Amino acid sequence: MILLEALMFYVFAATMIGSSLAILLSRDIVRSAVWLLGTLGAAAGLYFLLAANFLAAVQLIVYAGGVLVLIVFGVMLTGRQAGAMPLARGSEIAIAAVVALILCAGLLVVALRGPWIELPGPAPAPVAAEMRTIGSELLTSYLVPFEVASVLLLAVMIGAAYLARPEKR
Amino acid sequence: MSEYYLPWPERRRPEFRGAAKLAATAARVLYQASAPIVRRFPGAIFTTAVVFSCLLAWLVALSLRAAWLVQQQAADDGAPWPNRWFSVEELRAAAAIANVGWPAWLLWALQSEFVRDVIGVVGVLAFVSLLAMFAIWWERKVSAFMQSRLGPMRVGGWHGWSQSLADGIKLIAKEDLIPDGADRALFRLAPYLAFVPALAAFMALPFGVYWVFRDLDVALLFILAMMGIEVVGVLIAGWASNNKWSVYGAMREACQMVGYEIPMGMSLLVPVMIAGSLRLNEIAQLQAGGWANWLAFHSPWAFIAMLSYFVASLASCKRAPFDLPEAESELVAGFHTEYSGFRWALFFFAEYAAMFVVSGLLTVLFLGAWDAPWSGLAPAAWLSPDAPLAQQLIAGVFFSGPLWFVAKCLFLIYVQMWLRWTLPRLRIDQVLYSCVQVMLPLIMLVLLASTFWELAVSASPAFGAVASVIQAILAILGAIIAIGILYVAAAGFRARRALVGDLAVERPLRGG
Repeated sequence: MILLEALMFYVFAATMIGSSLAILLSRDIVRSAVWLLGTLGAAAGLYFLLAANFLAAVQLIVYAGGVLVLIVFGVMLTGRQAGAMPLARGSEIAIAAVVALILCAGLLVVALRGPWIELPGPAPAPVAAEMRTIGSELLTSYLVPFEVASVLLLAVMIGAAYLARPEKR
Repeated sequence: MSEYYLPWPERRRPEFRGAAKLAATAARVLYQASAPIVRRFPGAIFTTAVVFSCLLAWLVALSLRAAWLVQQQAADDGAPWPNRWFSVEELRAAAAIANVGWPAWLLWALQSEFVRDVIGVVGVLAFVSLLAMFAIWWERKVSAFMQSRLGPMRVGGWHGWSQSLADGIKLIAKEDLIPDGADRALFRLAPYLAFVPALAAFMALPFGVYWVFRDLDVALLFILAMMGIEVVGVLIAGWASNNKWSVYGAMREACQMVGYEIPMGMSLLVPVMIAGSLRLNEIAQLQAGGWANWLAFHSPWAFIAMLSYFVASLASCKRAPFDLPEAESELVAGFHTEYSGFRWALFFFAEYAAMFVVSGLLTVLFLGAWDAPWSGLAPAAWLSPDAPLAQQLIAGVFFSGPLWFVAKCLFLIYVQMWLRWTLPRLRIDQVLYSCVQVMLPLIMLVLLASTFWELAVSASPAFGAVASVIQAILAILGAIIAIGILYVAAAGFRARRALVGDLAVERPLRGG
């Protein structure tokens, strides 16, 4: 079973990296969205391997819906003819490069210099958190972030509804 | 051209060569040998096949459980478990202690969890394939009876029972066309993206207390996630076909699904709140003991939630009146217009698998899962997996078991077909209006009311008494409705000859 788990980890990790690269490299926005589905699905697979079932299922639900909407936008915004992809200007490329470099440097620093805690002995078997625990923690210890996120989403929803409303004469 | 209008026996047979000729000859000989027998005893053959496959499934399940039991017994003798391969002798000794009467070589072969999983997956695949084939034939018969037709009557003899088999062979043999301007990779991917999630949903769907592939603690969320991914497959199919009808169908599906996922999830929250768990097995346990305990009759709110879930599930399976993504009369065939052959068949497999999954969710969450309406009458000892086999068999057939689950699901699928062939299709703006402005406020209200209902029941004994009276009234009402539906269905079936007319029944087609 250990072997199978390791194998599955490598499969999911490879899928994740491969489809992340493909998102960047493909020219068609719909294809990018489909590759995104691969990345997010592989992430969900990794969560399943860690016995974080709830997180994995929520990841699949939320992001499958997200990808759906993304594809819809892709279909509505792009035509089928070649070369419809908007090309980035030089200044935009420069800004993107700077941001990417800073992000990359930050991640490298965290990965190389961060204090990784080594657990004594073999890794413990992952234990699935009880759904009940997650629910009550969300509504007690983490109530403030939970509510802030809800209010933010509500604001977004009201804004979207306002923008989509037909103008009254 | 005229030869195409000849009846089957007088038509010139197509020429086959080589292996194809052999296969075709074998199929014809088999058909000619079996057709008279099948025509003579259709009911008996069907019953035998069903009973035999049920017994086979039971035998496999018993073997898997025996292997697991013996393995645990063997592990109790001090060996570290599970990273160990037991020898036949060890397992024989352990089987003697655990009082399991299975041959040791079988237990030896089944001791790998991987092998057991593979058997489970093969079982699920076989079930889904048979289900889809049966349901497609059934849908054609149901639609035919509802439209005063006969439906498939020729292939296989008795009521065209092997029409789906013949269609399957035809679809496999058909050319796999890909349109010129299509996005080839996505076009090929899309059917799998629709079919595989529908199949994966069966992984968490329990057919019985022990009849579940993986008893996930987030089973409900997992199944909903799989239904969500299936829609992506449909959407990609429509986009990749590079056909305006297909894109229209796909966009309609996306709109419909993004909308209806919300009322669907919220109506499923009602039973989840009552049970306090997302584990389907736990929610099912709550309803043990028969008709009045079913969650549909738990409170008026649960009843409304069941109805709104059923409507939303029709939308999520693209069934009428929400079949706009296919809409034969406007969009040719919607998202699968450009598909042919096996890829096209995969969409249908996905559709019927999804119909079963949403019906299964409805059954587990609201309709008492795998319990018969009178399951409270069964002695509790008979339902345990340690009871003698004869008792288990009787309890499984008459009181509580996967058979009841499948029967309830098939009934719900029948209701879906019934609605499909009686209701007109909605327009897309009507679909979205009914979702956002009717169902969403309604289900929000129901959710809120259900919360307060549960709080009040646990807080005040007086309200608890009132609630149980209401539950009893609802259960009686539900029984009346169910008997009424069954009566109407049976009456329609009895009167089918009057509906179809005498001519076709009295004088069957030549070569039938």
